[in-house]
Amino acid sequence: MANLLALVQNETIKVWKKKRFAVVVLILLILIPVFVYAQMKIAQNSAEKFKGDWRAELQNRITDNTRALGSDRIPEEWKKWRRALVQQLQYYLDHDINPQTPNAVTFTRGFMDNAVTLFIPLMVLAIASDLVSGERSTGTIKMLLTRPVRRWRILFSKLVTLTLYVSLIIVSTVVLCYLISGLVFGYRGWGEPIFVGFQVSGADVNTSAVHAIPQYLYVLMQAGLIWFASMTVAILALMVSVLVRSTAASFVTMMAAIIAGAILTNMASSWHSAKYLFNVNLELTSYLQGTPPPIEGMTLGFSLCVLGLWALAGLVVSFAVFTKQDILN
Amino acid sequence: MSTNTPKAQETVLSVQGLKKSIGRKEIIKGVSFDVRAGEIFGFLGPNGSGKTTTIRMLVDLIKPTSGRILVCGEDVNRNPERALRHVGCIVENPEMYGYLTGWENLEHFARMQEGITAERIAEVVEIVGMDRRIHDKVKTYSLGMRQRLGIAQALLGKPKLLILDEPTNGLDPLGIKELRAFIRRLADGGMSLFISSHLLSEIQLMCDRVAIIARGEVIAVGDVDELVSQADTYTVWLLDRPEAGKAMLEADPGVRLIGEHEHRIDDSILAGMPEAIITVMEEDRIAGTVARFVGAGIGVKAVQRVSPSLEELFLGLTEGEKIG
Repeated sequence: MANLLALVQNETIKVWKKKRFAVVVLILLILIPVFVYAQMKIAQNSAEKFKGDWRAELQNRITDNTRALGSDRIPEEWKKWRRALVQQLQYYLDHDINPQTPNAVTFTRGFMDNAVTLFIPLMVLAIASDLVSGERSTGTIKMLLTRPVRRWRILFSKLVTLTLYVSLIIVSTVVLCYLISGLVFGYRGWGEPIFVGFQVSGADVNTSAVHAIPQYLYVLMQAGLIWFASMTVAILALMVSVLVRSTAASFVTMMAAIIAGAILTNMASSWHSAKYLFNVNLELTSYLQGTPPPIEGMTLGFSLCVLGLWALAGLVVSFAVFTKQDILN
Repeated sequence: MSTNTPKAQETVLSVQGLKKSIGRKEIIKGVSFDVRAGEIFGFLGPNGSGKTTTIRMLVDLIKPTSGRILVCGEDVNRNPERALRHVGCIVENPEMYGYLTGWENLEHFARMQEGITAERIAEVVEIVGMDRRIHDKVKTYSLGMRQRLGIAQALLGKPKLLILDEPTNGLDPLGIKELRAFIRRLADGGMSLFISSHLLSEIQLMCDRVAIIARGEVIAVGDVDELVSQADTYTVWLLDRPEAGKAMLEADPGVRLIGEHEHRIDDSILAGMPEAIITVMEEDRIAGTVARFVGAGIGVKAVQRVSPSLEELFLGLTEGEKIG
């Protein structure tokens, strides 16, 4: 009859003392500088190529686009997009920002976009994969389940702990990205405008809803979407961890599913029903950027629904199996 | 005959018609017994007889196919959170979290039950005598220390019933002796203990009453000494003229000769005695037989009584069932 808070405390302590989160932070501390260095090299290269005056270049683009806005031959929806572009370019000019040089926030944004399909799920798996199977392979599950606590409460406390750590992973990734890349690129860029609202339907991009939002809002939206995708991965990993006795098997199963998803998305599949698989729907942030979805007919709403349903099914299976299964060894 | 103590009537654990099938195979075919307050109850059976499966059902790790398990009147399967409050257990090995210290492990399990204070944790640490190493990581512990920590964990909630599964496994002789004394102390304090083993001698040394399980069925429940007396005790003869001696023994109607491959005496007992004659006979016939051997000029080098093994006990019990 112990209260849930005490159970969550137990689970949190175990994950922490197992140094799983420490490993995640360590990986971030090693990998982020590598990418910062790569980004710095790219910036240096392009700076050498375009040695001209960037302010003059910006001014030119603004003039060109403004002129195009006056033309009758351009459809109205394109004009909207151009108006937003002009707005963005004007912002750069007004705030003395060279759009070719990255700052800490654009780096973070770019890193998060690339991390959503593989990197962050990998870190989530580092924690989720042995949450239950770890107790089974070491035999501690026998102590855990013979205490006077209902089984669903134990699994629920593990789920709450998992949610806490998933959130913590995403926050730490953003914070570490910003702090490390800021050393090189400078700690600014929160207010910089960025386009959102692209709607891709078939081969056409509908730009009628495009508008600029400050980058901090973009990063926030991005983090929210990544959190949703990561929670789906975490819940499915929890399910596999309940079903499979060995931690290695549980980790490999989930990793294989996620990598398969990444490959399928890149194949720009004509296999339409593949869009109902959870692993091709993980790249939620691509809807913010307005890149075409891997399979026709996928929208942000659709992907959220698919992920939500998979997560729900994962929860149902996890709880049904965990509360009923016989612990035979 | 400690079962006759008057206060030992309250039933702490009651197992009624327990059955378990996995797939189509029936593993446990009917297990029933009661454990009373303050007694040490042995659960004896060879490996693979269903001991561990039964124990796992007692603590809600495995759901029985049919039957009931009541701890202090609460159904373990329907109300695990109320029934298991009265139970402390170690199922097989005492596995704890190796990356936590002994103390952190105890704190972990204390949080899973209401009303266990830091004072109680310190108390159980003292009971099992672990004060010195309690703040070290469990992965540095020896098996004996893990065993102690496991018992400390089991005692946290002041249980009325302590379940220990093969507790002497892996302990050295001194450790086993200490454990026996410890178990007796707990029982004297009013706790019931349920101890499984595959060794008859261990149960004889530790327990008041015993349930014997074979092939998924309880074949006998009762006082340990009474049960043991039901099986044949061997008398082993070592004579200087074995052939003549054997003929004399064969002629005696009160003596049953046992062939070389029919007995189940441990090989170590018969080592170095290739000509030993194994018999089953009443204890009070031995002196007379010795006298007759001497009269016939047959020298008696040794006579030895050998207690039955667990297998012998089974045989005795199952034969008894057939006759009855």
